[in-house]
Amino acid sequence: MELSGGEILIRCLKDEGVEYLFGYPGGAVLHIYDAIYRQDDVKHILVRHEQAATHAADGYARATGQPGVVIVTSGPGATNAVTGIATAFMDSIPMVVITGQVATANIGSDAFQEVDAVGITRPCVKHNFLVKDLSKLAETVKKAFHVATTGRPGPVVIDVPKDITDPAIKIPYHYPDEIKMRSYQPVLEGDPEQIKRAVDLLLTAKKPMIYTGGGVILGDGSDELRTLVKLLAYPVTTTLMGLGSIPYDDTQFLGMLGMHGTYEANMAMHDCDVLFAVGARFDDRVTGKIAEFCPNAKIIHIDIDPSSISKTITVDIPIVGDVAGVLREMSKILQKGKKEPNKKDLQSWWKVINGWRAVDCMTYDRGTDMIKPQAAVELLHEITAGDAYVTSDVGQHQMWAAQYYGFSKPKRWINSGGLGTMGFGLPAAMGVQLAYPDETVVCVTGEGSIQMCIQELSTCLQYGLPIKIISLNNRYLGMVRQWQEFFYENRYSNSYMESLPDFVKLAESYGHVGMRVERPEELKPMMEKAFAMKDRLVFMDIVTDQAENVYPMIMAGKAHNEMHMSPNCEIPQSPQSPERELS
Amino acid sequence: MRHIISILIENEAGALSRVAGLFSARGYNIESLTVAVTEDASLSRMTIVTTGTDRVIEQITKQLNKLIDVVKLLELTDGPHIEREMLLLKVAVTTEESQQQLRRLLEVFEGHLIDHTSVTMTIQLTQTGEQIDSFITALTDYEILETVRSGVSGIARGDKYLKI
Repeated sequence: MELSGGEILIRCLKDEGVEYLFGYPGGAVLHIYDAIYRQDDVKHILVRHEQAATHAADGYARATGQPGVVIVTSGPGATNAVTGIATAFMDSIPMVVITGQVATANIGSDAFQEVDAVGITRPCVKHNFLVKDLSKLAETVKKAFHVATTGRPGPVVIDVPKDITDPAIKIPYHYPDEIKMRSYQPVLEGDPEQIKRAVDLLLTAKKPMIYTGGGVILGDGSDELRTLVKLLAYPVTTTLMGLGSIPYDDTQFLGMLGMHGTYEANMAMHDCDVLFAVGARFDDRVTGKIAEFCPNAKIIHIDIDPSSISKTITVDIPIVGDVAGVLREMSKILQKGKKEPNKKDLQSWWKVINGWRAVDCMTYDRGTDMIKPQAAVELLHEITAGDAYVTSDVGQHQMWAAQYYGFSKPKRWINSGGLGTMGFGLPAAMGVQLAYPDETVVCVTGEGSIQMCIQELSTCLQYGLPIKIISLNNRYLGMVRQWQEFFYENRYSNSYMESLPDFVKLAESYGHVGMRVERPEELKPMMEKAFAMKDRLVFMDIVTDQAENVYPMIMAGKAHNEMHMSPNCEIPQSPQSPERELS
Repeated sequence: MRHIISILIENEAGALSRVAGLFSARGYNIESLTVAVTEDASLSRMTIVTTGTDRVIEQITKQLNKLIDVVKLLELTDGPHIEREMLLLKVAVTTEESQQQLRRLLEVFEGHLIDHTSVTMTIQLTQTGEQIDSFITALTDYEILETVRSGVSGIARGDKYLKI
């Protein structure tokens, strides 16, 4: 079988099992688009901006675990895609992005719509390729999928000059079943000796803490984590990216940790004597002040990426490997071993933790005549039975969604944690809804973020995606305003959203349903109505309390035990760990 | 502390910029970097001289290993090794006496005179980076017209070698 470069590319995607290709056509990819037109196996989703193509593919990947695939043209097509590529890179999301390039002979001549896509994307991809030889195209695609999906996943860019896809030049097609790269062999199995040492250390703990991250979700390790957590009966917290790996209502779950984490999770982090980090990378939003991070703890760390280990925090027992496999091994050792956790110490530790829990740090004022954003998210949980796929944009609404939705399953909470990309939520929801047409998909957003990719309402109409948009509209760029309130004496520099559109009419003009909710008592019936419209996209413009802040909060440069609490929350003003009770 | 890291890297377009980009993006120091193809044309050998705390050096080696094109890495300064750098240097010479003095200095440092005109002398010196520093310092009485340093190349001693 002889195929042209454009046909080869699309055929490779088919052979790779690609379901959807998110993209936007342009000059340099016209040959490829012609090949797309002449087949039905790979479905192309036409977005309205290349940034959205990458976010949609990213959302698809986060929800399914399968790589998201994108095609954009050269020049502005590639540069528009960069934000989405960087977003995927920061959260280790498998993605393959095909960028068109000017013809090989024109590269470097400042040709029309030429950018050095390989150069521009280099710092925000796991790897990238420039295809210079048609005979290497299929092999390059195979390598791209291999690199994107194995080890620590990430986005891979394939830059394809126009002449490579010339329909007049055909070569025999062969797609390799597998590929070996001498320079890329990620370590997947944890060292058995290190695993044994880790179990031994864990069992010596008097005040243990398990801290898990996005690696558990990406590495499909939730079941293994739950098993181990039950065997140990230790407290567990997750990062923003790890929500859902442990059910929100599990008695051992202390909630999310970090800058906007719970009081109990952060206090337990500060006081623990053995910290067990699983697929988490000690991000600055998690650690707070590095010098005072878990000051008395020995640290065990499982990560598939050796460079994540001892990057900011030096660990005592590093284990490089696939999270699920390592956790399974640890559970095996515990199940057949004679040693078990010290029940008495653990009991005292839980007593202390339950004291912190009693503070009820997530409480907020429920009795006002304004809609509280937290209440809207709690109601969302109720109406969707806590089982929706929830994407979010970035800002206060993102934190409230993380804090108040309550996730029970992995891969349901889809947000841009590392890069913090506003505009992520709606296109990501499109990717999720395409992957799971029968599931409830919600985009929790704000009136600031939603406007960054609002054009995708058009894509949603074209493909009939019944996403529910929950826009918490506080007429402010809320997180910016909150920091200006705390750190800039209420000088709200450019954080007020003036001249907002009428979101109801906007949604309607795109062919969807719009709703505006202003009164707390209207919220429940309106939201029920919205979710009853199974086959329609509904944009809920929910007018919320302008002054609400995200609490608790660890201010920049502070330690875990120096949290700033909500005014509604009654705790000792200088929160001290009740260590005396223990000793 | 000064470290010398040797890497074998796929001899592909852009491989050098991946390494250079890594150093600038992550704010690591780079004192010198040399690269050239090996006996196997598909591989390049790179020698990087860098400075940093142990933690930084550990991160540098991990991040370099993470680059898909990097096949193998060896930190030379972890064990016995040999480093060499080549210097090409041109000085202005006026008097017979200054020429004689420079020839004596070359003997001490085991350098070679590779070009000589009535007004200039060009020197080649292959030594450790430190000895080259000393040599240049010893030239305080001369007007240096040009200094060209190759950057350090390094190799491990004995039966340790970087090979796939």
